[in-house]
Amino acid sequence: MSQGKVEAGRPLSPHLQIYRPMLTMMMSIAHRITGASLAIGFGLLAWWLIALAAGPQQFWHAEAFFASIPGRLLLFLFSWALILHMLGGIRHLIWDTGTGLDKKSIEIFAWATLLGSITLTILLWLVGYCIRGSL
Amino acid sequence: MATPLRNVRGMGAAHRGTETFWRQRLTAIANVPLTLFVVLSIVTHIGVGYDEMRLYFSRPVVAIVMLAFVISAAIHMRIGLGEIIEDYVHLNGLKVLSLLLATFFAASLVLACGFAILKIGFGV
Repeated sequence: MSQGKVEAGRPLSPHLQIYRPMLTMMMSIAHRITGASLAIGFGLLAWWLIALAAGPQQFWHAEAFFASIPGRLLLFLFSWALILHMLGGIRHLIWDTGTGLDKKSIEIFAWATLLGSITLTILLWLVGYCIRGSL
Repeated sequence: MATPLRNVRGMGAAHRGTETFWRQRLTAIANVPLTLFVVLSIVTHIGVGYDEMRLYFSRPVVAIVMLAFVISAAIHMRIGLGEIIEDYVHLNGLKVLSLLLATFFAASLVLACGFAILKIGFGV
């Protein structure tokens, strides 16, 4: 980095606060936030697996938590985060091939990721409730 | 004549650098079918109770795919967390400590989930 004097207190490079929020930018941030939060979701999965391995009593405790309202809300958010991160990741894999990087495509990809994740999450929960047979 | 190609071939002083990039893509691709399998396994067994759930997860194919998922997802998670830490944590000591904890967290998840999956798989 240059050690030269910065005469006025100008920012060295434009950062987030300089730009008007855009969907593509929001989806990029969402990809990070969902990725980080899925680390916590992984911890929950580990807890559930350990409970299943430990015995009926421990499993019942874990199941009771996930069946509760806060448990279901957490699971709903984690499932949405997972699907959003997965669709966003597939979008990144397409970009890695060098295609779909033009202005129009990135806008379409951003909307597809957002709307696709909402649709698939709701669909997943409808299937889950159908299998469970009750609320 | 010196051209930039020399730097590319020699890959600079470190002689390497793209493994993390490549490993993140590799695990990302693996995670798509593995995650779908895990999520659908759980969703299709909602409310079946302890015995039936254990029976399902004790099937060899299920146990092996679960193990693959846990390993692939943990590597992917560690690289992602590392990227976030390197972007936002600038104090050197804190950065190294955070990276260390991210590695321990990923390893703990693999060991804990792996042990649980094997225990269920072997029916003990």
